[in-house]
Amino acid sequence: MVAGDMPLAAVLQPYDQRVSLDQGAADMPCLLVPPDDLVALCTQLRDDPSLRFDFLSDICAVDIFPKTPRFMLVYHLFSVTHKWRLRLKCCLDDPAIAPTVIPVWTTANWHEREAYDMYGIHFDGHPDLRRIYMWDGFDGYPMRRDFPLRGYKDDYNPLGVEPVAEGSE
Amino acid sequence: MTEATVINEVTTDTGLSREVLLNLGPQHPSTHGVLRLLLQMDGEIIERVEPHIGLLHRGTEKLFESFTYTQIFPLTDRLDYLCPPSNNLGYALAVEGLLGIEAPERAQYIRVIMAELSRISGHLLITGALPMDVGAMTSLLYTMRDREMVMDLMEMITGVRMHTSFCRVGGVREDLPEGAEARILEFCDIFAARISDYETLLDNNRIFLARVENIGNITGEDAIALGLSGPNLRASGVDWDIRRDEPYEIYGQVEFDVIVRQDGDCYDRWKCRVDEMRESLRIIRQCIGQMPKGDVLVDDPKIAFPVDKDLLSHSMETHIHHFLLSANGFKVPAGEFYSAIEAPKGELGYYLISDGSEKPFRLKVRSPSFVNLQSLTERTTNIKYLADVIAMLGSLDPVMGEVDK
Repeated sequence: MVAGDMPLAAVLQPYDQRVSLDQGAADMPCLLVPPDDLVALCTQLRDDPSLRFDFLSDICAVDIFPKTPRFMLVYHLFSVTHKWRLRLKCCLDDPAIAPTVIPVWTTANWHEREAYDMYGIHFDGHPDLRRIYMWDGFDGYPMRRDFPLRGYKDDYNPLGVEPVAEGSE
Repeated sequence: MTEATVINEVTTDTGLSREVLLNLGPQHPSTHGVLRLLLQMDGEIIERVEPHIGLLHRGTEKLFESFTYTQIFPLTDRLDYLCPPSNNLGYALAVEGLLGIEAPERAQYIRVIMAELSRISGHLLITGALPMDVGAMTSLLYTMRDREMVMDLMEMITGVRMHTSFCRVGGVREDLPEGAEARILEFCDIFAARISDYETLLDNNRIFLARVENIGNITGEDAIALGLSGPNLRASGVDWDIRRDEPYEIYGQVEFDVIVRQDGDCYDRWKCRVDEMRESLRIIRQCIGQMPKGDVLVDDPKIAFPVDKDLLSHSMETHIHHFLLSANGFKVPAGEFYSAIEAPKGELGYYLISDGSEKPFRLKVRSPSFVNLQSLTERTTNIKYLADVIAMLGSLDPVMGEVDK
């Protein structure tokens, strides 16, 4: 899919340079969106009759530790009408707080819970932000890059890494 | 154990009404794995369904980040463990997309044949398991018998029945063994008649129909908002199949129909899959007919092992490449790529971010079952009784290996 066919310019205009188009990726065009504009832009992308991005494929959280801003949310959209794909990227500082897109796409619910569970990203306005894979009492966010692959040592995980005490390095 | 907790007791004119919380699973035959459903019920009427997942979570995505690109294949097998070739294919396409290479044509045909065989194997499970969940035990015995034929083919081609790991970046592990094409065609002939048998057994079965027709209807609009994909979405009247609309591999060169049904109830979701198996047979037959001769792996010593194994004993250079490839893997240029394929359960996406090293920086799996299962929680479906939840769950066909990753 080439970005040239997609009438994105009209949608981007009101955002006055805050949203930028990145055509570098080989597979689909990509928009860089600040968290504050995310919901408004998503709603517009979904409802604009010339775009109709009504299908949210996936939300992927990424931790680029130790770089800053540390977290990134990647939304993959699909237009069932036009068969187009679009990627949205939203960078977040630590502690990461993003607005929820559940009002735009119902399916975002579990994706956001997964991002919260694995990366500790909070979603403002999420009605049910709980862990989804790990159990409720679990401490830490396993997919973060500073979380050891083996996990931390405890009664159930004798082969885990010794937890580092606060302050010592 | 299944145990009910009374959360509210109300005495009405007609008697005592109890609101209870009921645990369904994690060990229950109808949950198809380790899924726990927390049901809030008023008598037999469902008020809320809350799936609790994660009991099979293996941290696959965390493991991806510490494995080389070739080592990841066996991990993808274990996502949707009914259809490993599809998982392999989606992942291989993501890596190939970043590398900017394409598998040789024969390899693409072999991959598609394998993927379609696995689609039949996956769909056969639900064809038999949904009726079994609602009480028709016989059908599962028949579908499992026929699934065994697919398993035998897998064993003949790859050497294993379930976790095939047959794809490689840039092709497939090896060519089809001698006689495989004839065996696959023989299977196609036998199996075409068997699909009609299932329909005779179930399609006119009033008890089965009463349990699945007009149960759990999802409208097309809701289905899209819920992120349903694959047969679950097409059963709701949305005409979208990635194989046709964004053809990957050689799907552009074969003819097949996309099965779309309109009602979006449990029956349509089941029937969609039964009909899709026929289309899969059509695709397989065409592939066998059209498949050219040739290599099955790209000729690039930095990415794939040499096609001619004799070179290993003559050529020092081949030997070095072979060693480095085995020991360190290969590097993938920095960048990102999202590959989406039509897996048996729906859109299977792999989002790969590479930092230029031998291991992925981040590899996210968009597993269709995870998204499909979510629609159980929403009140967009007309599930009313406890028994309907079972039918709904069966018709969504989640595979817990893929839900929990």
